[in-house]
Amino acid sequence: MKLKIALFGLCTAALAGSALAEAPGGKYAREAEQMFRASFRADNPKYWMSRLEQDETMKTCGEYRDNPPRKIGEKLEKLNKASIRYPVDGKLIGDWKEGEKLAAVGTGGHIGFIQPDPAGRVRGGNCYACHELAKKEVAYGTIGPSLNHFAKIRGNSDEIIKYAYDKIYNSNAFTACTNMPRFGLHSWLTPEQITHIVAFLMDPESPVNKD
Amino acid sequence: MIQGLIKTLAGAAVAGLFAGPLLAQDSKVSDEIAKYREALADGNPADLLEVKGEGLWSEKRGPKNTSLEQCDMGLGPGKLEGAYAQLPKYFKDTNKVMDVESRLVHCMVTLQGFKPEEVTRNWYSKPGTESDIEALVTFIGAKSNGVKINVPATHPAEAKMAKMGEYIFYRRSGPQDFSCSICHGQEGKRIRLQELGNLTTKDGAGFAMKTWPSYRVSQGAVWTMQRRLIDCMRQARWPEPNYLADSIIALETYLQKTATGTVMETPGIKR
Repeated sequence: MKLKIALFGLCTAALAGSALAEAPGGKYAREAEQMFRASFRADNPKYWMSRLEQDETMKTCGEYRDNPPRKIGEKLEKLNKASIRYPVDGKLIGDWKEGEKLAAVGTGGHIGFIQPDPAGRVRGGNCYACHELAKKEVAYGTIGPSLNHFAKIRGNSDEIIKYAYDKIYNSNAFTACTNMPRFGLHSWLTPEQITHIVAFLMDPESPVNKD
Repeated sequence: MIQGLIKTLAGAAVAGLFAGPLLAQDSKVSDEIAKYREALADGNPADLLEVKGEGLWSEKRGPKNTSLEQCDMGLGPGKLEGAYAQLPKYFKDTNKVMDVESRLVHCMVTLQGFKPEEVTRNWYSKPGTESDIEALVTFIGAKSNGVKINVPATHPAEAKMAKMGEYIFYRRSGPQDFSCSICHGQEGKRIRLQELGNLTTKDGAGFAMKTWPSYRVSQGAVWTMQRRLIDCMRQARWPEPNYLADSIIALETYLQKTATGTVMETPGIKR
């Protein structure tokens, strides 16, 4: 009898666990996807609509509310690592002054019929939206960790330089389903622009490290 | 009314005073923004729109020359007290889960005889073009001021919509890998200096939902919840869903369900 109660308890606990782990939308997920896709005007240009496509990483992250089991996370990280491309000249450190500008720019890439960005609008990394960088900029967000004194703390070995480049190019190579965009993968930033942001993080003269 | 206007002007003056300290330390900045909001809340430009909406509600309009006074927003024909707070909900006559805006458009079409494309042409205001929908929704919203949000989503169609909204909330796509959850799924975060609510909790969703429709200082206009959510999609760098799209109503159902129990403070005023 006691065993039965214990077993019942275990099953209930397991059920509760699986209910918590239910993917968003539950049994309506597929229908919800169709409904979402049906929400848009037919005259949206094709390349706008392509922004609704999901690669394996996006799809899996959504299913697990950005918290996948480690095994699945590792698989995604491997997949994303393989996507990283480097500048042709192989140099990973660019001009920190250019990087400073890119870190502050949050415009660009808005589409739609109501308030799209004008053609040719500069597209930046918008790093300050989520990270503290140079001390003098107080309007920084806190979704990501502080990167103030990035190289002062970590040193400027080749490993750290490569890590910074890779992380900006494809953040999911290190942490699957992180909030950070994959700037290189989506060609939001060019490899050259990424080297400028790496310089902003690494250069001893950059306000990230100097002040 | 005039008193309200004077307060608005005073609020604007105080807002000017607070523009300076924005450069100070960030904790201070948050304090100042809170004070700025407080000052503005004394006289909300949305109050003017509310009065306009009240007029539009009772005025005989459209091909059928009828007022909206017999419109059923979910509590019975003409019953507006607390109606906004219990939407979206399932309506038998249309066999659909509808939000305040889709229901309002439904009434303008069925009672007043307008064509849907006619009434939704100016679903949001632009400089020089006013929006009747904005005014009416502000009026209807204000009738729920002080009322608790109540969207338990117990009807199967409502429960389904809430689940579909949850799906969209976590769905990632686009050139920045965004989802709603990226910014609105955790506690105590900020984008630049803007504090972000955790919309997956009652407190967070309640804080966000209770003040809509809201006058947006940065836009110089009242925004409805449809406008708010469609702009979120733009910020995520996605195409814009259609006005009154089911996906937007699904998100609203998910958020209102999560916010249920929170007392409405509307019309609100925001950055």
